[in-house]
Amino acid sequence: MLKRIMIVAAMLFCAAPQVSAQERFITLASTTSTDQSGLFGHLLPMFRAETGIWVRVVAVGTGQALKLGERGDADALLVHDRAGEDKFVAEGFGIDRRDVMYNDFVVVGPKADPAGVKGAPSVAEAFKRIAATKAPFASRGDDSGTHRSELRIWKSAGVDVKAAGSGWYRELGSGMGPTLNTAAGMNAYALADRGTWAGFKNRQSLVIVSEGDRSLFNPYGSILVNPARHAGIKAADAVVWHRWLTGPKGQAAIAGFKIDGEQLFFPDSK
Amino acid sequence: MLDLAAALSSAMALVTSLDPQMLVIVRLSVLVSGSAVLLAAVIGLPLGALLALSDFPGRGALVVAINACMGLPPVVVGLVVYLLLSRAGPLGEFGLLFTPSAMVAAQTVLVLPIVAALSRQVVADLWEEYGEQLRSLGASRPAVVATLLWDGRFSLLTAILAGFGRASAEVGAVMIVGGNINGVTRTMTTAIALETSKGDLALALGLGIILIGLVTAVNAAVFLLGHVARRRMG
Repeated sequence: MLKRIMIVAAMLFCAAPQVSAQERFITLASTTSTDQSGLFGHLLPMFRAETGIWVRVVAVGTGQALKLGERGDADALLVHDRAGEDKFVAEGFGIDRRDVMYNDFVVVGPKADPAGVKGAPSVAEAFKRIAATKAPFASRGDDSGTHRSELRIWKSAGVDVKAAGSGWYRELGSGMGPTLNTAAGMNAYALADRGTWAGFKNRQSLVIVSEGDRSLFNPYGSILVNPARHAGIKAADAVVWHRWLTGPKGQAAIAGFKIDGEQLFFPDSK
Repeated sequence: MLDLAAALSSAMALVTSLDPQMLVIVRLSVLVSGSAVLLAAVIGLPLGALLALSDFPGRGALVVAINACMGLPPVVVGLVVYLLLSRAGPLGEFGLLFTPSAMVAAQTVLVLPIVAALSRQVVADLWEEYGEQLRSLGASRPAVVATLLWDGRFSLLTAILAGFGRASAEVGAVMIVGGNINGVTRTMTTAIALETSKGDLALALGLGIILIGLVTAVNAAVFLLGHVARRRMG
């Protein structure tokens, strides 16, 4: 018994040679939506095999990812909030923003569909019906790209969620997965990115109730953190990543990522 | 109930397969929390003893402050350490953010008050009991500190274990300063948070069962060690 314990202990302390081998690496601030879908597990080994560069992904909301970039704590970003990205570049924190890929958001809700959202002609109309019936809606509430998109849809639906009070509109202040867990638990509607939804396992009674609307378009951009702003930014290796991701090999790799035969991200770099 | 059964079987599967990815995570958890506790003990034990034995203006306030710090919210500690280590922060040039070292630093801040506060209490109680005797022997301050720490070693071990419990259980601080990077800074607790947010509750709970098992094993080992030591020394 003692011997077995010692063997396991020895294995534990030899188990991570890959950590020390990661001498050449960059830090990528990205979003939970890309990370949790499993996209990076698909892309990064290919990139590493080709270039020898490890990419360390810190997965947070887009708002926080932009903040990490502002403070120089990441070398490159992969995020999804066009307005926020343009502002980030305009303020001099980032350079060379490029289109990478897109997917789309879906509106999920309880199978019983108490607000009668299924069959609504547009997502704005779907949101109007949710507000009109005061059916519970779980909002990310975390200044992420998905949250910012959700607020834009509410605006186009003419619903002022700030004035909605705390009754049906519930701001959770958490990531996509936790928001879906909560929505499933309280039979609420929610806006989710298709990638996280596809990989999400605790759906309970949630199903997609609205999809395909133009305003559910969800484009991702790659931005280099401006190395002139902070010392220590790994600019050269970050450029290698940035170009690979938006080049033919990275784009093909993105198109090849599938869950259950379904393609989740569509490359659109020009 | 089905979920609990699924969690147990996923924990069993992880343990029996000795999944290399999981071993990396377990190893990092043990290393980070172990280093933090070691550092906190090296600083906290003498600090607690000195606080128990010295008298200076403001000592009471300091004791209250350290006791209060036992309840520091991990997420706040994580945020402060993040701001210090960020490239835009005062220690940014060392490039420590999102490394295990940053996680050790944050956990040390969390554990130190527990070790210092509890060891101050232990040493103060011992001083009350043996102070006269030590004074009559004319022992120097360092000798008194060493004697009392050695005398209280079994109680102090419990203080250190309390610190280890705090470190291995927290997620707020290591999430912020470590970034939960796969293979680099992912620990048991951040992995559990991640699997929960993916909705894979069975795997998350399975990891939780392993973490609890690990902490139990550490405590059992320390208990046995103490038991054997006590017998040997009578």
